[in-house]
Amino acid sequence: MSKVSLIIQREYLTRVKKRSFVVMTILGPILLASLFIIPIYLAQMQGGDAKKIGIFDDSGLYKPAFQDSESYNFVFMNENLDSAKKALPDSDLYGILYIPKTEVALPETAALYSANQPTLEVKSHLKSLMEKRLEKLKLRAEGIDQETLASINTDIKFSSIKLNKSGEEEKSYAEVATAVGFFGAIVIYFFIFMFGSQVMRGVIEEKTSRIIEVIISSVRPFQLMMGKIIGIAMVGLTQILLWVVLTFGIYMAFTTAFSDTIDFRQQQEMAMQSQQMTNKLGMNNGDNMQNQVNKAEINPRVNKVFDVIQSINFPLIIGSFIFFFLGGYLMYSALFAAIGSAVDNETDTQQFMLPITVPLILSIIVAQFVVQNPEGPLSFWLSIIPLTSPIIMMIRIPFGVPIFDMTLSVILLILGFIATTWLAGKIYRTGILMYGKKVDYKELWKWIRYRS
Amino acid sequence: MELLTAENVSKTYINHKALDDVSINVPEQSIFGLLGPNGAGKTTLIRIINQITAPDEGKVYLNGERLNQNHVARIGYLPEERGLYRKMKVGEQAMYLARLKNVPKQEAYNQLKSWFQKFEIFDWWDKKVEELSKGMQQKIQFVTTVLHRPRLLIFDEPFSGFDPINANLLKQEIMKIRDEGATVIFSTHNMASVEELCDHIALIHKARKILDGPMKEVKREYSTNIFTAHLKNVDAHLPSSLGNNFKLLEKHNKDDFLHVKIQIMDKTTSPNKLVQNLSDIGEIHSFNEVIPSMNDIFIKNVQQNQ
Repeated sequence: MSKVSLIIQREYLTRVKKRSFVVMTILGPILLASLFIIPIYLAQMQGGDAKKIGIFDDSGLYKPAFQDSESYNFVFMNENLDSAKKALPDSDLYGILYIPKTEVALPETAALYSANQPTLEVKSHLKSLMEKRLEKLKLRAEGIDQETLASINTDIKFSSIKLNKSGEEEKSYAEVATAVGFFGAIVIYFFIFMFGSQVMRGVIEEKTSRIIEVIISSVRPFQLMMGKIIGIAMVGLTQILLWVVLTFGIYMAFTTAFSDTIDFRQQQEMAMQSQQMTNKLGMNNGDNMQNQVNKAEINPRVNKVFDVIQSINFPLIIGSFIFFFLGGYLMYSALFAAIGSAVDNETDTQQFMLPITVPLILSIIVAQFVVQNPEGPLSFWLSIIPLTSPIIMMIRIPFGVPIFDMTLSVILLILGFIATTWLAGKIYRTGILMYGKKVDYKELWKWIRYRS
Repeated sequence: MELLTAENVSKTYINHKALDDVSINVPEQSIFGLLGPNGAGKTTLIRIINQITAPDEGKVYLNGERLNQNHVARIGYLPEERGLYRKMKVGEQAMYLARLKNVPKQEAYNQLKSWFQKFEIFDWWDKKVEELSKGMQQKIQFVTTVLHRPRLLIFDEPFSGFDPINANLLKQEIMKIRDEGATVIFSTHNMASVEELCDHIALIHKARKILDGPMKEVKREYSTNIFTAHLKNVDAHLPSSLGNNFKLLEKHNKDDFLHVKIQIMDKTTSPNKLVQNLSDIGEIHSFNEVIPSMNDIFIKNVQQNQ
């Protein structure tokens, strides 16, 4: 077994066996999956105990607006408002809504009394109920019926279709491309920092624990550096792979586990509504219509999701993600290794970190402009220059990148990686044996020019 | 037969000359002491032999061959600045270091097991290095240095951090390894251990070699022809009755004895002559040559070359 592969093996195994790696591997997908799951779950949880709200409607116009629902129970009150207010803290009412009577116009003011600070949601819910009712009354006053209104309401379904060179049509979703690009770019940014600084810390560890001289009496410094870089790259790929698999697994498990309850709830709601319809026929025609419209829209929505998913070129995106992650990582981690070799402890790394962090942070800042104009000169140049290309190219790829740009970027990234590795190797082999010396850029330059 | 030869080796770092035309010959199956004050260039020479750095000028031969990467497996190096991966388990780490020296997996394990048992550290196989005492870590380090049975061993201050008992154990192991056929280069400031162990020495000062040779010859060269004697019942006057060739350096009475320190002034006069003369003066109870210690030789040479 060659020495480099022994080093790779050690670097890989010691990291993968660490508790922090296992924790990150498990926590990562849970956090990621919870991004999808928690909103769904919260939607399911909504309701609980229905809030009981007393209504004092002096105007007498709003009664039909307040229908009991899962989350709200409405109690109409006629007695004295002041005594009701006094009794409020001890009663089971969440609050009292008072709508005063107005003489001339329709009443547009109301007051909500409650024992505790009412939540924003309660306020906006009550407000929207009143607004809907008031709109309906106004429409009726103008002589416009519900059907006319529904026919006036417009929702333009806009789909953009991209023509590729061979004349085939491709549906394109700019929003999706943006999201996918940003996601890939941020993950690459994050991983370059995370695994790059692992390389740096590894080098510093070897230096401060003074094992370095023992090791390089067996292997060449360059072999040790490359072994470390490759070993940690494999840790990174392992982590990504596990995250993808676990996130997907958790998401799948969740959706199958909850699909039954979702269906059940929908059925329940439907049953309840039809019951309400028979009970209070004629009173909430509009609401019911809206419900039916919603249900009719579910199928097209599902279709659209599939459409969107199909519009993403997964093999291209995953392939280029892996390439640009590896390329960017290899290039930057060589620099991280050089920094690690030049200092005695982590606190001294600051001055050398700046030139590395600037292009990375710049890429993330510029990313929003690239998204707006993925074909522009800024996007072109930054996606060609190796220091920024791993992040910027990732943003451009979902929008489609000309073969020429892509090839140039790939070649330059490979050259950039070879160049930084060569440079880093020179700093590294001198730096690892240098102790107790404050190193500056002038010193590094001497090391680069110095032959071993 | 020389195992290692360095010919006219020079090395200049960015700001200073670390080695200036240094040549050494390390005979096979010997313990070679590489001596010199701090910053003299010893570590640079050792790093060149280990191919950690390359010399600017000069050549190094191992067993008659120009030094190359294949020799790495035949050299064992215990640096002065040494350490282990703190978070790694002892056994795993020792296996790793052995395999970096091209020892096959199974053999590495068998060898390690017997060494660990000898040093009574086998129970620590699955412990992390950071849980071990410093002396324990030094033992592990020593084992990993010698495990691959190198032809040439280089120890830089091997006894630092060892208690006297373990230092002794180590000394015996080093001599045993030499007796089994290996050659040892031994760099230290501890002159007592040099006297005890070394067959040959080289003294480096300010990047130059200022003294080398077999230990016995070096000592003979620096012998000062000074003798001490204890006499009883002295009735003559010193120094008048000693004779021309002898110089009395010191005399004092203690208990019933007269202690004297006398130098023979010309090389041709035998110490026997001195004994004769002394026996005329009084009863001789002891007679010893004052042999210069390595410590004296070291200090004398370094000061002469300031």
